[in-house]
Amino acid sequence: MTTTVVELWTEEPLVRYVGQASARLVVIMTPAGQVLAQHGFAKAVDLMGIAALGAAIMASSGALADLVGEATFGALFHAGVRHGIHLAPCRTPRGPLVVLTVFGRETSIGLVEFFFDEFAAALHAAAPAEQARGPVLAENFEAELGSSLAALFGR
Amino acid sequence: MSEALERSLDRLSRVRGVRGSMFVAADDGLVVGQLLMEGVNGKAVAALAASLARKVGGAAAATGAGQLSFVQVEATAGTLLLAPAAGDLLVVALAEPQVNVGLCRLEMMRAAEAVR
Repeated sequence: MTTTVVELWTEEPLVRYVGQASARLVVIMTPAGQVLAQHGFAKAVDLMGIAALGAAIMASSGALADLVGEATFGALFHAGVRHGIHLAPCRTPRGPLVVLTVFGRETSIGLVEFFFDEFAAALHAAAPAEQARGPVLAENFEAELGSSLAALFGR
Repeated sequence: MSEALERSLDRLSRVRGVRGSMFVAADDGLVVGQLLMEGVNGKAVAALAASLARKVGGAAAATGAGQLSFVQVEATAGTLLLAPAAGDLLVVALAEPQVNVGLCRLEMMRAAEAVR
């Protein structure tokens, strides 16, 4: 299984987290769904689909939290028969991030949650300060997406 | 958590040297109920105890030793004890190294019975 990153500072915490939590797939992304790093994906199309859905779930959860007067609901967990997913926000000096973890029966949500706390702290410590970012324009979006995919999948 | 489960954790935690006791969901490694001394990371103990139970249980089954009934891990600074209970739960105790394991085990079996 391969780990590839767009932003280098994410690599060491991600590799450690994957090993500790025995995660199958991990995506580190911005709340807008822009992927910063991934582990375990072989196809770009799977990664972009999962990142987009994960970001959408977090956005919906945030909106629901807002409606009921909560600042945030924190982590979300879905358990399946063979796979579970853990989706959680993470604050870093680089800005807010979202981490999606897919895990199997070889580990548990308890272990994933436990090691996620360490992972979030490691990301926070490794992250550079947020750079001033311009608005995301449609004309830049495709080029940004293309360069991210090239970095992640070498295309 | 039901009153009976709370009472059983209370009894277990009263054994001299016990620093914490908990019911843990064996599949998920999440805490169902706990009674811990300050400074004990319940989330970590629950996650790691469930992982340990799964691995030791697998080893016991693979070697023909049958089902897991009790696990005792002794380390320099503490002892971890765990026993399976009904409803896919584990009874877990974290204790000082010199704890009376026999007494602890008795209370853990009572706690496991309380789950039925």
